[in-house]
Amino acid sequence: MDGILNAIALLGAMGCVCGLALALAARYLGVKEDPRVGKITEALSGANCGSCGYAGCAAYAAAVANGTAPVDGCVPGGAAVASAVAAIMGVDFSGGDEPKVAFVKCGGDCDSATRRFAYNGIADCAAAAAVAGGDKGCPHGCLGYGSCANVCPAHAIAIAKGIAVVDESLCIGCGACVKACPRHVVELVPRSARVRVFCNSTDPGAAVRKYCSRGCIGCRMCVRNSAEGVVKVDGNLAHVDYSVPFDGDAAVAKCPVKCLRSVDA
Amino acid sequence: MKFLDKIFRFAGGIAPDGHKGDTSGIPLRRLPRPQTISVSMSQHIGAPSVPCVKVGDRVRRYQRIGDAAGPISSAVHTPFSGVVKSIAPSSTASTRVATAVTIAVDPDDADTDASLSPIDWRSASHDEIVARVRDAGIVGAGGAGFPTAVKLSPPPGRSIDTVIVNGAECEPYLNGDNRLMIERAADIWTGAQIIRRAVGASRIVVGIEDNKPEAIKAMAGAIGAGDGEIAVLPHSYPQGSEKHIIHSVTGRTVQTGHLPADVGCLVENVWTVVSITRAVVQGVPSVIRTLTIGGDAIASPANFAAPIGAMVPDIIAAAGGFGVQPAKAVCGGPMMGIAMPDLQVPITKTCSGLLFFTAASVHEFGSGPCIGCGRCIGACPMGLMPAEISQAVEANDLALAEKLKVMNCFECGSCAYVCPAHRPLVQHNRRAKAIIGARLRARK
Repeated sequence: MDGILNAIALLGAMGCVCGLALALAARYLGVKEDPRVGKITEALSGANCGSCGYAGCAAYAAAVANGTAPVDGCVPGGAAVASAVAAIMGVDFSGGDEPKVAFVKCGGDCDSATRRFAYNGIADCAAAAAVAGGDKGCPHGCLGYGSCANVCPAHAIAIAKGIAVVDESLCIGCGACVKACPRHVVELVPRSARVRVFCNSTDPGAAVRKYCSRGCIGCRMCVRNSAEGVVKVDGNLAHVDYSVPFDGDAAVAKCPVKCLRSVDA
Repeated sequence: MKFLDKIFRFAGGIAPDGHKGDTSGIPLRRLPRPQTISVSMSQHIGAPSVPCVKVGDRVRRYQRIGDAAGPISSAVHTPFSGVVKSIAPSSTASTRVATAVTIAVDPDDADTDASLSPIDWRSASHDEIVARVRDAGIVGAGGAGFPTAVKLSPPPGRSIDTVIVNGAECEPYLNGDNRLMIERAADIWTGAQIIRRAVGASRIVVGIEDNKPEAIKAMAGAIGAGDGEIAVLPHSYPQGSEKHIIHSVTGRTVQTGHLPADVGCLVENVWTVVSITRAVVQGVPSVIRTLTIGGDAIASPANFAAPIGAMVPDIIAAAGGFGVQPAKAVCGGPMMGIAMPDLQVPITKTCSGLLFFTAASVHEFGSGPCIGCGRCIGACPMGLMPAEISQAVEANDLALAEKLKVMNCFECGSCAYVCPAHRPLVQHNRRAKAIIGARLRARK
């Protein structure tokens, strides 16, 4: 009986001493974390995509809390997250950029674009582009080996019929794919821009026709069938000015190669 | 002449089927005079040459049409008289894109040619010989195309005692070097002595694989009572690699980051040696390339002495065209050659072969994960671990790839040849080398 009591007394005493030591350590040695960091981390999208320029959401939250990062740095979170972070930080936030979405500027799928040879190597766009300039007939188009899809944190990119296609309902607009593409076919565009040019080739029309039936030939039909200044042809390739509203139905209908299309169609 | 007693075997390597029989007995032929040639300004490693003719210019045979653009560059000459039709970027058979001078070839070379004056090599100085080799635009014919004049001038403090003439020709199918040794053995022996004089070496060793008995006999006959030696090497791929032939002949090892001159050796391919003889003794610049055209799609495989800039379709036609439509075309040998996406391209000074294979003999495969069998490690003649390197590259861990000495890989393809999972090991190494190489250059 004594043995049990002794053991209980000894363990109880040790518990008290250790508890006291821990309490003192917490009081005097504790690392003080800004309570806002935790709140901001919770408010963020949690994608850990790195589009803010920091190594994950927690690092960005810490940077916001100590004032070195802007409150609207979370790309996937958009305006909603930016306002929430601004509220935590007690600063004003209004507006912000329109949410962006990744867009693959290529419509040259396996039905419309030629391949110069059968590539039988590493399934990576940079590796394929290093072999005789890439197997795709078009030197500017999507190679379709999925380097963008491999880096997408939201799994929003799939390879369909030989080219990359973005699922806009999943895309968080982080831009990882833009950096991964060796041919700069992917760009970030405003989510509201529905009519876009599905081509990246600056070659003259005659050359484009030889390797792709959907490539922009620089014919300017879109320029003639839209309000002035909305569509420009530069370097044999049409560019839509996404900063102005564009009801492109007339221009889309007139595009002879159907490279100007609505993403909803 | 004496045969070398001791041959040092190198570790690793493979023994692919040589396929030499198709063309080993066929003499070198001149290519029929083409109507058009397209001479690339990038026939070598280093800065592409700068064209020194204009569109519309008349050029004479052997005239210089491209100037060297730096110390590691080379002059380019025209093999025929004609008129310059265009100067524009285009691809060569080895898929290198550079400015090319297209020439409409005259029906004959009636006007006097622009050859250089012959030199008496027995009394010529080092500088005279090196200057001639440079002026003649001679580059290493083994494959890399390193300017030979640079090789003949070893860095200060290095002296060369052994000149090794590389007649190993270990790539399957190819017989250009073999035929050259059989038919032009005397020129090879002369050229080797010119090189020996230029670099002040004492020994000449001609390395030939033991599957070329005729070439060994011819070279032995040409050397005769001379003081050259012949090393009969076991046929093993990649015996013809510079570092490996040095090891086989002398037992010396060229360490990482070092040159053959650091171990007192100079290695020259047999066609380079013949080009030096032609340039010095006859004053003819480097405008011809010996090559084998073969593979099971070619109607009658052959060996040609073809002018540089000759278009691939002209060479195919001279070999009787295709017996069967090819599924794959390769410039060079099947191990280290480059697949050609387009046949409307010209050959260069480094094109040792044109091979065309039918669908039946082309093995297209998907690659699988590494099964850890280690065969690539046994096959690598550089003592690397290709399996580990390729997995590091796949994981984008280039620091690890560099630590595993990927930069020592010379892309012989032995690892990929033996890999049961058909992993693209050479492509992984090439990617890593390109990225790491660019970083190293940026750091300098």
